[in-house]
Amino acid sequence: MAAESIALPPSDASPPPLVERLHQWVTTVDHKRLGIMYIIYALIFLIVGGVEATIMRIQLIRPHNDFVSPQVFNRMFTMHGTTMIFFVAMPILFGFANYLIPLMIGARDMAFPRLNAFSFWMTAFGGLLLYFSFLGGDGLYGAGNAPDVGWFAYAPLTAQTFSRGHSTDFWILSLLVSGVGSIGVAINIVATVLCMRCRGMTLGKMPLLPWLNLVMAGLVILAVSPLTAAQLMLLVDRYLGGHFFDTQAGGSAVMWMHFFWVFGHPEVYILVLPAFAFASEIIPVFSRKAIFGYPIMVAATIAIGFISMSVWAHHMFTVGMSAPGNTFFVLTTMAIAVPTGIKIFNWLATMWGGQIHFRTPMLFCIAFLFQFLIAGLTGIMLGSAPFDWHLGNSYFVIAHFHYVIVGGILFTLFGAFYYWFPKMSGRMYNETLGKLHFWLFFIGFHLTFDFMHVPGLLGMPRRIYTYEPGRGWDIWNLIVTIGVFFQAAGVLVFIGNLLWSLRRGPVSGSDPWDAWTLEWSTTSPPPAYNFASLPQVRSRRPLWDLKHPDDPDWQYE
Amino acid sequence: MGSRIRIIGLRATALHGGAALAALAQPRAPLSPTNIFAPVSTPSQWIIELSRLVLMVTGAIFIVVFTLLAYAVVKFRKRRASDVREPAQVYGSTQLELAWTVIPILIVVVLFLATARVIADIQGAVRPSNAIEVTVIGHQFWWEYRYPSLKVVTANELHIPVSDPTHPTPTFLTLLSADTDHSFWVPRLAGKTDLIPNHPNLMWVDPHETGLYLGQCAQYCGTQHAMMLLRVYVQTRDEFNRWIQQQSRPAQFNGAVSEGQRIFERTACINCHAVAGTAANGTFGPDLTHLMSRDTIASGAVTNTPENLRRWIQDPGVIKPGCKMPAMGLSGPEVNALTQFLETLH
Repeated sequence: MAAESIALPPSDASPPPLVERLHQWVTTVDHKRLGIMYIIYALIFLIVGGVEATIMRIQLIRPHNDFVSPQVFNRMFTMHGTTMIFFVAMPILFGFANYLIPLMIGARDMAFPRLNAFSFWMTAFGGLLLYFSFLGGDGLYGAGNAPDVGWFAYAPLTAQTFSRGHSTDFWILSLLVSGVGSIGVAINIVATVLCMRCRGMTLGKMPLLPWLNLVMAGLVILAVSPLTAAQLMLLVDRYLGGHFFDTQAGGSAVMWMHFFWVFGHPEVYILVLPAFAFASEIIPVFSRKAIFGYPIMVAATIAIGFISMSVWAHHMFTVGMSAPGNTFFVLTTMAIAVPTGIKIFNWLATMWGGQIHFRTPMLFCIAFLFQFLIAGLTGIMLGSAPFDWHLGNSYFVIAHFHYVIVGGILFTLFGAFYYWFPKMSGRMYNETLGKLHFWLFFIGFHLTFDFMHVPGLLGMPRRIYTYEPGRGWDIWNLIVTIGVFFQAAGVLVFIGNLLWSLRRGPVSGSDPWDAWTLEWSTTSPPPAYNFASLPQVRSRRPLWDLKHPDDPDWQYE
Repeated sequence: MGSRIRIIGLRATALHGGAALAALAQPRAPLSPTNIFAPVSTPSQWIIELSRLVLMVTGAIFIVVFTLLAYAVVKFRKRRASDVREPAQVYGSTQLELAWTVIPILIVVVLFLATARVIADIQGAVRPSNAIEVTVIGHQFWWEYRYPSLKVVTANELHIPVSDPTHPTPTFLTLLSADTDHSFWVPRLAGKTDLIPNHPNLMWVDPHETGLYLGQCAQYCGTQHAMMLLRVYVQTRDEFNRWIQQQSRPAQFNGAVSEGQRIFERTACINCHAVAGTAANGTFGPDLTHLMSRDTIASGAVTNTPENLRRWIQDPGVIKPGCKMPAMGLSGPEVNALTQFLETLH
């Protein structure tokens, strides 16, 4: 085991100057530094995307409000969606994968460190390109300064006829560039997990986090490629006279929908599998029990990966597919509930009979279980195609997917932040502030997204910058907007806690949670080489074996 | 005496509560004029019947799993800080895992079969020979309605006859788009179906009650997607026939407003708008031949009053910023004359 780092002679040299430290970060190929850069980058965009959401919610606080113009509102929902998916959720999950996978499989770095750095910078510049549209997107005819085509940019709204100037071009290019970065990360994760595991760690003894990220990376390769292809086709349409999606010249708007959603639905699982991964690490440690049913958890993950490639057209129940087409996608959509349900029951069974410690990471994971349950059930409602003919594109579907992405993914992400913060920084966060963050965010989340289902059931479509009074929507929209401020307060507490703990938090030591996976066997923060000597494992919980030599896991696995 | 009064009071409260409940359940006074749970037409009714099954099943799953989660959180919380013993390690149970694989599969099969049947019923409905046919064309940001067999063209306010369940006269809508994607959603009549250029779609409704049913475009179509409102007037057969008759007449003119007509024909109005019987035959904007028979203008954005009409002609962007109709830069008297002319188009 590699429980200690190599002792270096104490150095009394003062830390290098700021420029030099910056240079070290910018030129780094270290998976841990790149991981942290992904996370910080995504946190900045989380705040930007949150501000955009807040602007929309203030506009919708009452009917016929004129806080922003329709043009600005349409830009806000386009930028909010694009930012949150491509420049918050994906990079932040890539960041954690980057940081954690080599540590958890006992490797010194990712398989391709330089590709890793290249991928990060592609993603980073992709995000900057998107936001440069505020300055550079003006283009001809004063046609707007940021894309306003919606985050799934349905054709033909993106054709030159309807989207003049360059704002849509910035949207296309930023996704194209960041897509290259995403594929680079995915290739790296697959290679790392398959080739870099330490001695003794067969695939069957690998922790669940690398497993889930392996499947996620496979999905990225399969799903981001068609999106990238579609962006190129759209550029051909816009500048080289192509007619793929140009309906005025015989192109097909429906084909864009298929291209987008054959990316867009696996994308949901690209985001949620790493969230499952966090839950699968945090819940066992704070329940003090091994994960329940490891083989079936892996099998369910692979099943989700496969089925998720065949459900995309449930986003298209209203576009006039044939009855057999609709029926097929109902079947696949409902089928994916089975492996997902297995996971929820297995997490419950992990907690069952355990000793649950209500530390901040666990609170977020318990809330995740509760919220993801609801998100899954509303997903079944939406998967029932005729019901979707009402619910699709209404505020119900907005509430549903925010339940997945915020209630599921962001909650486990916050859990992951608190759980691995001591490892990344070497310091403990403030537990009281952590719990305050949890409760503020929990209350705000439920105020916003529970009540957001109702206007959808009452006929309120998405993407409207204002609405008529007398539809019975007013009170619900007011409550939804109030919830946003609780969430914002929670995020402020979170950032305050991070900044305070980075400087003042008590030193955490290498294993503050009495946990069982390899990353806790090295120092906090880990040295650049991760482990003084590469570890060797005999079970899925090498540190359990070390701490309980009388009752090691490998006797049972 | 006192108790008697209280009992009467209680009964009154109960009656009151009952009336309130009845009001909620009454389709005529729903929570919202666009409440999906107050259907008045067969497709919406079938959907809501299916949704009851789905809601019951998902509700039951929620109660079971939530109870297990709440029980686990309360029962297995760490009680004493001093207790450092680890709990018994359990690695799995094939029987349990099999149970929570097989039971969900059975539930999925039931839900799938129920859903497949409703899809087949709604999408496979046969068009009877007496069905009304309407072509709906979505435009940025208004609705065009054409009745091909009745030779009527109108905009933004769809009129259809009520359908007697014993002798159904459903309305079949062919959905087209002139520009971007739109979606036709009047929740109390049917689920939504998109209007996609180069991709004709079909939907049908058979409203069982007369009345005005509201909805709006449900697929983002551009700047003024929010004010692309839908109004469907379900009328008795006689009223509907009278409306058709009135709509098939050419425009009626009055010599006193010829100044306004001259401005209308001279300005770019006629590039986009049509008035049957005049030089105006544009198709980019709504047909105005019977403008004054409509309750609203600007696709439902405001009521059709002379004052609103005047404001609209003066500068459409004030009422509907980003809409496609330009302000023509007319002087005050010109706008007045034009408004007066339009007000004669009954």
